[in-house]
Parts: sequence; C-alpha cells; structure tokens
Amino acid sequence: MRSLKIKRDWVHGWLLLLPAMVFLFAFTHIPAIMTFINSFYSTPRGRRSAKFIGLDNYERMMSDPVFWKVLWNNLWFAIGTIPVSIALAIVMALWVNERLAGRGFVRMAYFTPTVLPLIAVANIWLFFYTPGFGLFDQITGSLFGWSASNYLGDPATALNAIIIVTVWKEAGFFMIFYLAALQAIPVSLKEAAQIEGAGRWTIFWRITFPLLMPTTLFVCINAVINSFRLVDHIFILTDGGPDNASALLLFYIFEVAFRFWETAYGATLTVALLALLSLLAIGQFFLFDRKVHYK
Amino acid sequence: MTRASDLFDRGLNTAAAWVLALLWILPLAYAIWTAIHPAAYEARFVLTAPLTLENFAKAWEAAPFARYFLNTFILVTFILACQFFLCTLAAYAFARFEFPGRGFLFALVLLQLLVMPDILIVENYKTMRLLDLVDTIPAIALPYVASGFGIFLLRQTFMTIPRELDEAARIEGASFLGVLWRVYIPLAKPTYLAYGLVSVSHHWNNFLWPLIVTNSVETRPVTVGLSIFSAIDSGVEWSVINAATLMTSGPLLIAFLLFQRQFVQSFMRAGIK
Repeated sequence: MRSLKIKRDWVHGWLLLLPAMVFLFAFTHIPAIMTFINSFYSTPRGRRSAKFIGLDNYERMMSDPVFWKVLWNNLWFAIGTIPVSIALAIVMALWVNERLAGRGFVRMAYFTPTVLPLIAVANIWLFFYTPGFGLFDQITGSLFGWSASNYLGDPATALNAIIIVTVWKEAGFFMIFYLAALQAIPVSLKEAAQIEGAGRWTIFWRITFPLLMPTTLFVCINAVINSFRLVDHIFILTDGGPDNASALLLFYIFEVAFRFWETAYGATLTVALLALLSLLAIGQFFLFDRKVHYK
Repeated sequence: MTRASDLFDRGLNTAAAWVLALLWILPLAYAIWTAIHPAAYEARFVLTAPLTLENFAKAWEAAPFARYFLNTFILVTFILACQFFLCTLAAYAFARFEFPGRGFLFALVLLQLLVMPDILIVENYKTMRLLDLVDTIPAIALPYVASGFGIFLLRQTFMTIPRELDEAARIEGASFLGVLWRVYIPLAKPTYLAYGLVSVSHHWNNFLWPLIVTNSVETRPVTVGLSIFSAIDSGVEWSVINAATLMTSGPLLIAFLLFQRQFVQSFMRAGIK
C-alpha cells in the first residue's frame, strides 16, 4: 500500500513536470549545449555545411580586437552601473521608508522608470543628449556657458552616457527590494540602539546595512546579470558606435550573428558570455556567503 | 540628538529626497511636455504654450501602431497564460511530490535564472527556423513560457500552504489535480498577481528577441515598432517621436499609476521570496 502511494507520487510528479521541462529543455538547456558544440564548427554557408574546425573560433575570438573592446566596455559598464545603482537604491529606500512629506509622489518618481520600456526610455534620453539642442547642452550652456557637446558621438563619453540611462532605469527597481527588506527589520532594534545613544549613521552601518546583506546579494546578482543583458537602449542611442565605443558583449553577439550572419562565431561569443556570467555568479556567492548575516 | 538638529536633519533629508525625485521624473515629464505641445515648444518652456493632441494623431497615422498594440497584447496574454499553466504544474510537483531526480531537476530549473533565453539568441533563432516559426507571435513567446523564476516563486508559495488543508481535501475525495485547483491555486492568488504584473511588464518591454525573430507588421510588438518608427530620423519631429514613445509605454504607465500600491507590493513579493 505504501509503496503503491510512493510509485503514484513518482508518476504524478513526473507528469506534472513534463510540460514545463519540455519547454525548458527546448529553449534553455539544449540551446546552451548546442551553443557550446557549434562553437567548434564553422558557419554553414549556402550548400557548404558546418565543418568541425576545433578551436579556430576561439583563436579568432582571442585575436579579435572588437571582442576585447566590448569585453572591456562591458566591464566598465558593470563597474559604472552596479555600485551606483545599488547605493542609490539603498538611499531611495531609506528615504521612502521614513515618514516623509509627499512620500507617495517620491516613491512613484523613483519607481516609474522601471515600468517604462528600455527602448522608449532611450528615445526620451536621446533628445536629452542631442548636441546643441538637447536639454543637457541647454542646461550646461546657460549655467556654465559650455559649448555644445556630442555626448553620444564622442568615443570618450558615449558609454558613460549609456551608463547614466541604465542607472536611472535600474535604481528604482532595486529600491523595491530594499524597501521590502527594510520593512522586515524590527523597529525594536533601532529603538534599542537609539536608547544606547547611537546616531543615525551608526544605526545604519551597524544595524541596518548588515541586515540588508541578503538583499544586497540578491540585488547584486540581478545587477550583474542585467549588466550583460540590457542592451536595448544601445540600439537607439548609439548603435554601438562610435567605433564600438559603446557596444556591449550581447550587442556584439547580435551584430555578429544577425548582421554579419556569422552564427558559429556568435555561438563562440555566447559561450564566452555564459562562462563569464557563471564565474561572476559563483564568485559573488562565495564572496558574500561569509559576510551575509542570516537571521 | 537635540530636537532642533533632528528637525534640521529631517528637513535636509526631505529636501534631498525631493530633489532626487524631481530629477528622476524629469525625463518623463519632459517627454510629456513635448508630446502635448506643438513642435515649436520643444525646448521653450512657457506655461502659456498651447496644448495639442496632434502629435499623437500624427504618430498614430505614421505607423501601424494599432496593429503593434494588438500584437503586444496577444503576446503578453499568450505568454502569461502558458506561464501560469506550466509553472503551476511544475511548482506543485516540486512542492508536494517526492520523486527521484527532484533535486537535480529543480537545479536545472534554477539554472535558467542565469542562463536566460535572452542570451541564447543564436541557437533559439535556429530552433525557430527549424520549426518554421520565424516571424510569428509564438516564436517570440515560446522561449519564455517555461519560466524558471515563475516555477521557483510558485513553489515557494505552495510550500507555505499547510499540508493539513491538502489532506483534508484529499479525504473529501479530491484527486491530486483537484487539490491543486481547489486548495493551492486559490491560496496562492497574491503570488499569481505579483508574478503576472512582473511578467506582463517584462514582456511588454522586451525588445531584442522580438527584434530578431519578427520582420513584418503582423507580428511586431510595440517596442520593435517604436524602434523602427524612430529610426526613420529624417523627417519625423521630436514631438511626434515622443508622442509615440509615450503611447507605447502608456498602457503600462497608466496601469502603474492606477495600481501603484499593488505594483510596488507585487515587485516586492516577487523579490523577497
């Protein structure tokens, strides 16, 4: 009787899982494995089918200056977006969590960019950056008398301009998670510290911040993944230019695979991206694991 | 801390919070300004500027936005329906059934949080060509229907439901699917709402994969439509582009403003589990 129930549980469990697993395998796991396999083959062209070429694609990647360029860009993009948006998110959450005049409006203002499509956001910001005519130039022009500058057309500033848009879009999203975490912190802890005479600054660094660590881990992993995933706005703002100055890895994969139709090389670049993501995720997990204080 | 300095501190914080809030809303406010005024007032901010809806009308006529909206609507509905169905069944299996391979399969599900369909564009495009689905709405949707995030979220919720309820329903003669339908799904409603809002806003806004896999008016979602519309940079005025931009984000934005509390709580709920 008991073994019958167990057997039935097995069958039910598998049957329930089957539909989801089919789609999961078909569009996540198998493609991931195929990407890896295809990175050792040449791109099929017309009648010529794909040929095994060993590590040729990887050698090409290693000597591809554009690959290194976009990799550095991506690194810079990650460094530029992650700490700033997380710090802003914490500050925003602290403010919104307090009794603040007009809290509803402030919270809405912070969160609104999250609901807008990145592609639409890019359209709006494009005008801000327009040389001479755009809002930035108008402000810097009238305040400091600066001459018109082409933020998106200058290799030195194009990536930074994109970083600003990304921070603007992401900070409010991360704020939500911190807000949830802040509301879970018992008020008694803060009150106890206040009775002991601790100032706001001390309370934040000694109590609030450590208790927010699990959230920070979660947000951090999300932010890292996003820094490799968010490329929509590049299409509108710079299209990767000038001279790949603002292209990121996923954008380059798109270009290689769908503009130059070199799918095998695209697969190789995807392998690099996946390897990088896994490394970063694992690394973060171990880095944080020692510092995270679970209740 | 003395009372005066506390008051000063609070005032400073409020002021800073407001400055940041105004800065954050500025791009959107600006887009609204240009969209509802004639092109002549794009960069001239006078309160007496005449209001107009002409920019919206121009944008609506210049590109098949009605069709794009319909496509996006079909797309997000289709994705959400499939996600609810697939994720519910899978989450139920992980939460309440003992079977060999459970841990391993769950790890495979979680792997999708890292190895996302968003990144596997090259292979997924090949699959769609193989299935002869390129340039169809299902092609945009299929990679996302089995959502690892959704399965995880629902499993966490199902696990908090007391087993006694489950057993009581079984004693009354409900089958294992009956229990799912009558006990688990009703009790997980807030999670469904939360996940639904996150999913709809995510797929409404998705761009790269739809850009790759669609190439006709009949299938393009609004995001891709908007990018094509604003890429014709020759003659289109800024105010018209901004009107189009607002239009595409409009439904989500209005929904957000109306259900702000639920939205924020949904994202919170989706995040903390």
